[in-house]
Amino acid sequence: MVTYIIRRLIWSVVMLSIVSIITFAIFFLVPRLAGATSEDLAARYVGRTASAEQVKVAAEKLGFNDPLVVQYGRFAKGIVVGADYDYGPGVERCPAPCFGYSFLTRLPVWPDLLDRLPVTISLALGAAVIWVIAGVATGVLSALKRGSFFDRAAMSIALAGVSMPIFFTGMVSLVLFSYGLKITVAGGTYTPFLTNPATWAYDLLLPWITLAFLYAAGYARLTRAGMLETMNEDYIRTARAKGLRERTVVVKHGLRGALTPILTIFGLDLGLLLGGAVLTESTYSLPGIGKYAIDAIGRQDLPQVMGVTLVAAFFVVVANLVVDLLYAVVDPRVRLV
Amino acid sequence: MQKTTRLGVAALSAVLALGLAACGGGSTTTPTSSGAPAAAGSTGEFNGALTAVVNPSDKKGGILKLANAGDWDSLDPGDTYYGYSWNFIRLYGRSLVMFKSAPGKTGNELTPDLAEGLGTPSDDAKTWTYKLKAGIKFEDGTPVTSKDVKYGVERSFDKEVFPDGYTYFNDFLNWPKDYKGAYKSKDVNTDSAIETPDDQTIVFHLKQPLSNFDYFAQLPATIPVPKDKDTGAKYKEHVISTGPYKFDKNEIGKGFTLVRNDQWDPATDPNRKALPDGYDVATNVNADDIDNRVLAGDLDVDVTGTGVQPAALGRILPDPAVKAGTDNPTGTRLWYTSINGNVAPLDNLECRKAVEYAADKTALQTAWGGEFAGGQIATSLLPPSIPGHEDFNTWVPGADNKGDVTKAKEALTACGQPNGFETNIAYRAERPKEKAAAEALQQSLGRVGIKLTLKPFPQTDYFALYAGKPGYAKDNKLGLAMNGWQSDWPDGFGFLQQIVDSRVIRDTGGSSNISVRDPEVDKLIDQAMEQTDPNSRNGIWTQIDKKVMDDAYILPNVWAKALLVRSKNATNVFVNDAYGMYDYLGMGVK
Repeated sequence: MVTYIIRRLIWSVVMLSIVSIITFAIFFLVPRLAGATSEDLAARYVGRTASAEQVKVAAEKLGFNDPLVVQYGRFAKGIVVGADYDYGPGVERCPAPCFGYSFLTRLPVWPDLLDRLPVTISLALGAAVIWVIAGVATGVLSALKRGSFFDRAAMSIALAGVSMPIFFTGMVSLVLFSYGLKITVAGGTYTPFLTNPATWAYDLLLPWITLAFLYAAGYARLTRAGMLETMNEDYIRTARAKGLRERTVVVKHGLRGALTPILTIFGLDLGLLLGGAVLTESTYSLPGIGKYAIDAIGRQDLPQVMGVTLVAAFFVVVANLVVDLLYAVVDPRVRLV
Repeated sequence: MQKTTRLGVAALSAVLALGLAACGGGSTTTPTSSGAPAAAGSTGEFNGALTAVVNPSDKKGGILKLANAGDWDSLDPGDTYYGYSWNFIRLYGRSLVMFKSAPGKTGNELTPDLAEGLGTPSDDAKTWTYKLKAGIKFEDGTPVTSKDVKYGVERSFDKEVFPDGYTYFNDFLNWPKDYKGAYKSKDVNTDSAIETPDDQTIVFHLKQPLSNFDYFAQLPATIPVPKDKDTGAKYKEHVISTGPYKFDKNEIGKGFTLVRNDQWDPATDPNRKALPDGYDVATNVNADDIDNRVLAGDLDVDVTGTGVQPAALGRILPDPAVKAGTDNPTGTRLWYTSINGNVAPLDNLECRKAVEYAADKTALQTAWGGEFAGGQIATSLLPPSIPGHEDFNTWVPGADNKGDVTKAKEALTACGQPNGFETNIAYRAERPKEKAAAEALQQSLGRVGIKLTLKPFPQTDYFALYAGKPGYAKDNKLGLAMNGWQSDWPDGFGFLQQIVDSRVIRDTGGSSNISVRDPEVDKLIDQAMEQTDPNSRNGIWTQIDKKVMDDAYILPNVWAKALLVRSKNATNVFVNDAYGMYDYLGMGVK
């Protein structure tokens, strides 16, 4: 078990390094292959009014004239030991892990990411709790009452949930519940958990429900299919023959067997969301990693995009690791070696 | 089970909401519609705030809530280049002179702010002197001196630290050779550019005569900055105020709040009413959400002043009650197509004329967003609100503005291309309206055999690497390029100089002037810059406008318009012509 975890952790670091190299290559190697010069790359950091000489100086200062390996090495070094940046009257230390310095916002990237992380974590975890409970419960009930009115209604709603994009349900929900009925808060409202947990939850209620609606639908359909299959297994018949209570048969034997594929999907979904719930955060104007990412992409702010990509990759890798470890807990047939 | 029921209720509610919305949007607009008639009666009529103050009041108090769909380029007075930012910055910063806070054309007039009066020119308008008012202080109580104004301009010189700002002072002041700004040339004597003989006097020395330097003096870079509080690129995190408000909280990328500055003395400031107790500004807010909130009365102002999104247009225009609470100013922005004389056969005037005649202006207007959100069909360069504008139409594209195919074909024959020709048209890939306008041209020019191939380019590098880089444009036959320009200030120099002076074109790219290369135009610009009489000067700008149109280097599309929604909670609402949007200095809270 311990060997397995250590091996997976090492592999995770390797994965992150590969992701960082690929991301770096996309932004710095591909433009060069397309004919962009160091000055072309530097031009976007100095504004449109800069003279050719100023662009040249910026290219040198930003290190764009160095070989790409050296540039990547500098980036990686910044993450490990930090870096210095010039803010005009002096030089400031960007401590490790320094994910670079945005020459558009004139701010280091890492503090920005740290600042926005709680919003994304709050959004993703809150919604995850709702969608897992609602989705799995609906799926189990639908499977047990297969063909009933509840089953058909729940699966129809689930289909609607999967089909409707969040920027649509989000905007409609805001107009209806926030500006019409005035029972939820306006877009862009967020209170940190530590400031007031109740307000935190109230502010995030609508984004949670909207996001959960999208995911719960998929989980309900997946759980239903899994349960239908599991409940027909021989060991379920054995469990019933042993005289176990139906509740025990469903929850301890049936659901446990159906949970493995759900856990896999959950790990991926949660990991991706923690790396930035781009559409939800944009629709509700929540200042999280996803909104940060989309704004950075819009401005072509490469250090910010690099930072977000690595953070997103980190969460996906970690979420997958956790899921793999949980397999052993959920399914006794799985042994980690 | 209970959780499942809740989910079901939530899901059903959302489905119900969607169903209602699908029925013509009735339910979603009902709350707005029901609230609108009362608001319309008390807040004036459609376009009521263009020439008059709507909801005039001197009531103090309340918080004005604003939102921005993007992020501020910078709150630093030395590093900001957005019109809305220059409008808003007057709340926390005082420049030497400023635009009057008044509706209509009065808003275009300059009035002293930090200075006692407008600038005094000498040495054939190569030297400009300003005397500062006494009693003006920073938010910490330190008196403002002319040296703080000088330092503010000096620091803005450094485009590595402040890349977002303009370069007017860099280009026109007589800086010492190799000067690099306040940080990199700390000990360099800059008296050749700016002198401060005493704490109340500041003297600017220019390299060439400039008759309208007062427009430079209203730029945010003349807002004083205390040297000992300057933190360079980080100064935007806490700008030291000289205006009636100062920063309370400021989270870059999220928003900020302003509270009253108790060191601001109204006795020194006849221009600011300072009615609200504060301002709450959110940035990076979903643009559609901003419209919904303003319409619902939950938010007061979309601070960018660029008008509502298409989704909101559909709710506003069909409903007279809601429309009555909106204004539709024509701004100082021109959307146009550059016709590049460096690319054959457009080096021939007759071929350029063919483009002018064949263009369907009504299709272009539709492409830019229509009459309300797109703009007014443009027949020349200078927008109607800029002094020097004259109504003329050199190349009339038919009586119905749909293009004059006959005259276009005649011009093509005269050009030696009777069957038309092929060329490319560049546009910014991220801008669907530019793409639509390029397609509209492709269709209308196709009628006379001019075949256009659409070439999208990333907007970040559009001017620096592609359409604005002469070598690239010529090599890749970019005969036409979609373009747009908004005046930095409402006069001919602010509007025309950057887009028609051939001397701003650089081989390295980056210039907004892609196509106009006429030595006569350059000479006229020099004449205008030396002319101190405003009427004569405006006459020269008209001449330049006509000359460029005669050359057919530019195909004007539309003078941009924006549909602005008036706040239900705000008083003193009016459009300031200098900014083409609501004036943020005068607004109060009901």
